[in-house]
Amino acid sequence: MFYREAGDFKTTYADDSQTFPIKFDRYRYWAVLAFAFLVVPFIINDYWLNAVVLPFLIYSVAAIGLNILTGYCGQVSLGSGGFMAVGAYACYKFMTSFPGMDIFSVILLSGFVTAAVGILFGLPSLRIKGFYLAVATLAAQFFLVWLFNKVPWFYNYSASGQINAPERTVFGYAVTGAETQAWAVYLVALVFVVVLAVVARNLTRGSLGRKWMAIRDMDIAAEIIGVNPMTAKLSAFAISSFYVGISGAMFFVLYLGAVEVGEAFGIGKSFIILFMVIIGGLGSIFGSFAGAAFMVLMPVLLKNVMVGQLGWATDLAAHFEFVIVGGLIIVFLILEPHGLAQLWRLAKEKLRLWPFPH
Amino acid sequence: MKFTKLAAAAVAAVITAAPVMADLVVPSLSYRTGPYAAGGIPFADGYADYLTLINERDGGVGGEKIKITECETGYNTEKGVECYEATKGDGALVYEPLSTGITYQLIPKATADNIPVHTLGYGRTSAKNGDVFSHVFNYPANYWDGASGMVNYLLETNNNDISGKTIALVYHNSAFGKEPIRTLEELGKKHGFKLTLLPVDHPGQEQKSQWLQIRREKPDYVLMWGWGVMNQVAVQEAANVRFPMENFIGIWWSGADHDVLPAGAAADGYKAVTFHGVGSDFPVYDDIKKYVVDAGKAAGSGDTVGSVLYNRGLYAAMLAVEAIKDAQAATGKSDITAGDLRDAMEGLEITEARMESLGLGGFGPEFKVTCENHGGDGLVGVAQWDATAKTWSLISDFKPTDSEVIDALIKEDSEAYAKENNIESRCN
Repeated sequence: MFYREAGDFKTTYADDSQTFPIKFDRYRYWAVLAFAFLVVPFIINDYWLNAVVLPFLIYSVAAIGLNILTGYCGQVSLGSGGFMAVGAYACYKFMTSFPGMDIFSVILLSGFVTAAVGILFGLPSLRIKGFYLAVATLAAQFFLVWLFNKVPWFYNYSASGQINAPERTVFGYAVTGAETQAWAVYLVALVFVVVLAVVARNLTRGSLGRKWMAIRDMDIAAEIIGVNPMTAKLSAFAISSFYVGISGAMFFVLYLGAVEVGEAFGIGKSFIILFMVIIGGLGSIFGSFAGAAFMVLMPVLLKNVMVGQLGWATDLAAHFEFVIVGGLIIVFLILEPHGLAQLWRLAKEKLRLWPFPH
Repeated sequence: MKFTKLAAAAVAAVITAAPVMADLVVPSLSYRTGPYAAGGIPFADGYADYLTLINERDGGVGGEKIKITECETGYNTEKGVECYEATKGDGALVYEPLSTGITYQLIPKATADNIPVHTLGYGRTSAKNGDVFSHVFNYPANYWDGASGMVNYLLETNNNDISGKTIALVYHNSAFGKEPIRTLEELGKKHGFKLTLLPVDHPGQEQKSQWLQIRREKPDYVLMWGWGVMNQVAVQEAANVRFPMENFIGIWWSGADHDVLPAGAAADGYKAVTFHGVGSDFPVYDDIKKYVVDAGKAAGSGDTVGSVLYNRGLYAAMLAVEAIKDAQAATGKSDITAGDLRDAMEGLEITEARMESLGLGGFGPEFKVTCENHGGDGLVGVAQWDATAKTWSLISDFKPTDSEVIDALIKEDSEAYAKENNIESRCN
């Protein structure tokens, strides 16, 4: 009734190929953006920002990055944590070496540095694939963490190996360091997330995305129809790493403010991001958001219910959290192997037929 | 569809978990799960039990009940941040995160929120310089005191000459484990010993190669900066390569009962530095038994009473309560704020008479906190494990450390932090 194509006439090619061809979707999209930009900044507080919203936004970017590589181009990667570390440490080095640089350029540059590193570690993908590539990227994960622990230059020779984000401002408002306002940090993260998500969505719809998907579906066939596997795979590694690097930089400067590589960017981080992509849905930008939301919100929700509402002991709640989140992951994978994005797609199909299903 | 329902439930749950204003809120960022739980549980139990004792026996502090809000961090910095944000709105008075990583996050945040952080024998060592770190306190001793205390002990047992000796440092490859390196390097230059660094990655279960290297190079002494499961593994590995236990010294976070028990008789003679007393032979334990354990109000499963880390948790809680008393006396009101407590912590003085009156006579060293010195005097003792009696005993009394080396390093590190963050001197 509300969700239908009928009456929504497209008169140009641009109209016809837009991201949201259905009017209801378009309005919903603008409504979500308006809410995120115009309402949330006024109601957000420190708890919501640091416990829920900021991790969700940052992990979304990382999940989009990994989705480009794994979901769209079919190259399994277990090196996301390492690439996030590259972003964070690049960010730290830029911030401390060039104190005058603004935070947007710093984060973007960190993304480019990570992209270069990503290309380097993407080279083995030209020869190996599948599980073997996964192991090669695992090597990247361990190597990068080891490197940032081993070489003191990366953490400016500090005694503890910790890196701390110095204060930076945007239009006079502090967004990193101690004296930040929740809304300012939120808006910086939101701008990055929205721009990156829109770019990713359009990249994956364009010729580059089609090449990636061709490689994913069958690399030999793709090569025969004229897709260059080298440029396709390496561009996927570069762009994916760019996203993951930016999320790593934001993770460091906006969210934690102080990190040490082994703890913050260990193998666990790579797995969490991979879970997000799988649970959210491979090959879907919406899925990246849904997966990130699931993995970030679920533990916080369970903790608040079990400890805050039911008054359970904290260790019991923490253990139950593992059981429930793990159980839900299995349930989701059995009931809907294509992830939360597929649920959303099905919901849209049903909406389209509603109220007169077959 | 399912997802939207879950999301709605999430929103509802988070909203209803809104803060409840209570009397004196002392959050406990504990970890009873994960690879570091073995250390986290007894500490959290001791911390909670002492506060429960104060509530039960004295009716709180100055008539105000203490409310403990426990939050599980799992030794994870992200969860630590969540816990901090979730508890600070309740009117949290002081944080005791028991994690060097979480401490690093909280230093700027807590300073901006005007809440003191007490890092008892851990955290950022240079926070001793209160001139720079206004809201962070690491009395009565810090890691560099620990490192120096170890070296002093070695000097003492070697007729003040350890030149030419080789010392290996087995450390947790994190901010926590890296803290002593610079101090040990400086002390190595001063006393002429050779230092070998052997990092162990999180969580520390895999140490075969490090101990193989020790077996090959045969260092005279092994020092350890370990935590959680890493300690037991290290003690076991040391026994496996037949490294003499009396030459193996751990930091105070590597010197708990559960660290040495798994290795059985082979752990006999293992040493660890400490900054407080061992055992449960103090009058306060009678009260804890009477008012807390026998009343069924003990935290956790109640089986950790009297263990090394329980004592430390209790000590941390005692120092917090004493500071709260001081703050109440200074402000003349019982319902103090975190800012009042910070001011009181800056003037805290723990004397033997004061500890005696609390039933903890001789438990820890005397110290006095000032604006410039947030770290106490750094007196360090050495305890040794007796595997047959299954007890720790002090074999060296609390002695001063090499302040000449440490103070210079603290000055250097804290000034670098002050410069990076534009912090001005405030003590003069």
